[in-house]
Amino acid sequence: MTSLTYSSDQHASIVAQEQRRRLYSFLTIAVVAIIMVSGYTEAESMNSGGFMHGLRQFFDYPGDVIEEAWAAGWAFWGIVWRFIPALIETLNIAATATILGGLFATIFAFLSTRNLDVWPPLIPVSRRLMDIMRAFPELILALFLIFVLGASSVPAMIAVAFHTVGALGKLFSEVNENIDRRPVEGLQAVGAGWLQRLRFGVLPQVLPNYTSYFLMRFEINVRASAILGFVGAGGLGAELRRTIGWGSGEETAALLLLLFLSIMIIDQVSGMVRRSLVSGNLLARKVLV
Amino acid sequence: MTATTTPYDRDALLDRHAGAVRHTVRGSRAAIACLMLVLAYLIYAWFAFDIPRLIATAEPQRAVLLATDSVVHKVHVTKGLRNPGFEVAVEGERTATYETPPPWVEADANAEQVFIDLGDGYTVSIDGTQVTMTGPETEPIRVTPGEDGVSIAYSGDKPDWVREGYNVQTESLVKFDARPTIDKRVQVTRSKIEVHRYFFGWEHFFFPFDSELHGRSPGDLVDLAFSDERLDPEQSNLSLMFDTFWHNKEWQHRAVAIALLETVLMAVLGTFTAAFVGLPLAFAAAHTFNKVGVVRFALRRLFDFLRGIDMLIWSLIFIRAFGLGPLTGALAIAFTDTGTLGKLFSEALENIDKNQVEGVQATGANRWQRYRFGVIPQILPVFVSQGLYYLESNMRSATVIGALGAGGIGLMLVETMRTSRDWENTLYIIILTILLVVAMDAVSGWLRRRLIQG
Repeated sequence: MTSLTYSSDQHASIVAQEQRRRLYSFLTIAVVAIIMVSGYTEAESMNSGGFMHGLRQFFDYPGDVIEEAWAAGWAFWGIVWRFIPALIETLNIAATATILGGLFATIFAFLSTRNLDVWPPLIPVSRRLMDIMRAFPELILALFLIFVLGASSVPAMIAVAFHTVGALGKLFSEVNENIDRRPVEGLQAVGAGWLQRLRFGVLPQVLPNYTSYFLMRFEINVRASAILGFVGAGGLGAELRRTIGWGSGEETAALLLLLFLSIMIIDQVSGMVRRSLVSGNLLARKVLV
Repeated sequence: MTATTTPYDRDALLDRHAGAVRHTVRGSRAAIACLMLVLAYLIYAWFAFDIPRLIATAEPQRAVLLATDSVVHKVHVTKGLRNPGFEVAVEGERTATYETPPPWVEADANAEQVFIDLGDGYTVSIDGTQVTMTGPETEPIRVTPGEDGVSIAYSGDKPDWVREGYNVQTESLVKFDARPTIDKRVQVTRSKIEVHRYFFGWEHFFFPFDSELHGRSPGDLVDLAFSDERLDPEQSNLSLMFDTFWHNKEWQHRAVAIALLETVLMAVLGTFTAAFVGLPLAFAAAHTFNKVGVVRFALRRLFDFLRGIDMLIWSLIFIRAFGLGPLTGALAIAFTDTGTLGKLFSEALENIDKNQVEGVQATGANRWQRYRFGVIPQILPVFVSQGLYYLESNMRSATVIGALGAGGIGLMLVETMRTSRDWENTLYIIILTILLVVAMDAVSGWLRRRLIQG
């Protein structure tokens, strides 16, 4: 952009570049369209029930469930109340898994961050370990542990925690990478040890983001524990499988309502806390006063 | 560092600067209080999960058993007593029976006298119906099956690897079960004598036992593939090999491949649908593009609703309506993630740089051209990176949805695990699932780097 007039060469190259870019965009869109169309055709033919047939039945099941719940009248809320222990169990799975996972994730994150003066050879090792933990499907671990430990909530808890270490560890270590080094150097200059530098130089910087990611993970883990319950590990999911197989519509409706409400409430509350954390209203103000 | 002249007095120093350290001290107290709360919660959880009972009832030997069984195959030597007969078969499969017994089994014509070498000095000999088992440090154990049970005669002490099974009602001894090491097992009941010996490796992984390709060396197979002499006059050797491999009954390569494809279809179709439905909805839900507040509010609540219902509930509804298959899983993923991606995209659209849009407008661009050249280039990186991120995570979700009953590799995994007969099949499926997830992560990471930078 040094001269105001383009030479014809420049112009030609810009046009060529633009044309190539358009070709690539077109190709990408074409590939995606082909995948979508052929994929849905293939999926339709592999499915045991067809799309159009299923569409007509789509509202049948939710309709039945709601109808039965409606027919139960006030007794429905009694059923909801009966399933509160199952809800607590699911929340316990999620909370314990998030706490334990978060604890190990913090350790792994500190071991895998370049600017925190840890022993360098450990960095790639802990990063690969986190990759493995993140990639390993929760379902497989849960099924394996159910086989060894018997059907209870603990296999689901361990499986969710295992995945959490990998997922949170990666996010935490990214937070660590982005800290301001100056407070740490300042503390080092006055003779602070490694733990002291961590406590006064690093933790105040990373804690708001850590808490925010932690809460976000808790939301995800509530959903994951409900799902894993369904394959044999206690809580709402296990009850849901029982009622869908054997129970009545109003029980299913009660469980679905509980699950929906708790997910909504947890999402809203944690969303509020996270927004105030990121905008710095919750912690930062106290520090400034 | 010790160059100061006044001696260091911590308390005096803290007193002098009480204001400066106050919030730190308060922070430390809050942190300790938080940690205590977490600790108290974990103690509660310990009892809520009933960990003590769990430890008592856990069966760690099942993990060992599973780990061993998934890398070995066993050969059954069976002598029926109620239905007389004698056979040596891999995994006890009727289709994998030896015509002539392997060298470690010696049997006469009617299998009246059988001698089995179990290795490591353990032997079993069968004389008529009487079984004699010996070991390197064990005196012979004689087991005689009778009309109403078995009788066991130990020459010395009863070894701790022998388990006796009792009929609870009649309290008679009905089963002799010896497993001196993990790779040998002898079971005697009144209806049959069964001896298992384990060998390392996955047997019949490529070609089934009854195929003429079984037992050939790799070099032999390569020669065969390129030779003109056809084993089967109908087709070339190469296609015969593939055919035999593909339709292997025990490992079911074809069924596994189809299940994997179903899972991939669920994840890819679900994510793509969610992204392409979510994008236009996101435009309508962003206050920068839609001035009608009612529509925005309604769409926001729709996103919350779709997300809040959660994949578990969507899958259950879709499984009821559409039955087993990839379409079910794809729609469940699409519904949930339309909510998530719609919300993410609309937030991205509200945070775009207005200047770029105004610049395009200044050149006389109409509404669609402003979107195309002013807005899309700004949100494309968010669109691509979030879309690919959800593709990765949905690959895992698709296995779980499959296990709930939508089909694919998830369901196959749950089913092979429930029957828990051949753990090597389970391990095979687990390895393929992990490879699939890892491959998807790699592909999406590669695409993300290419598309966002290029």
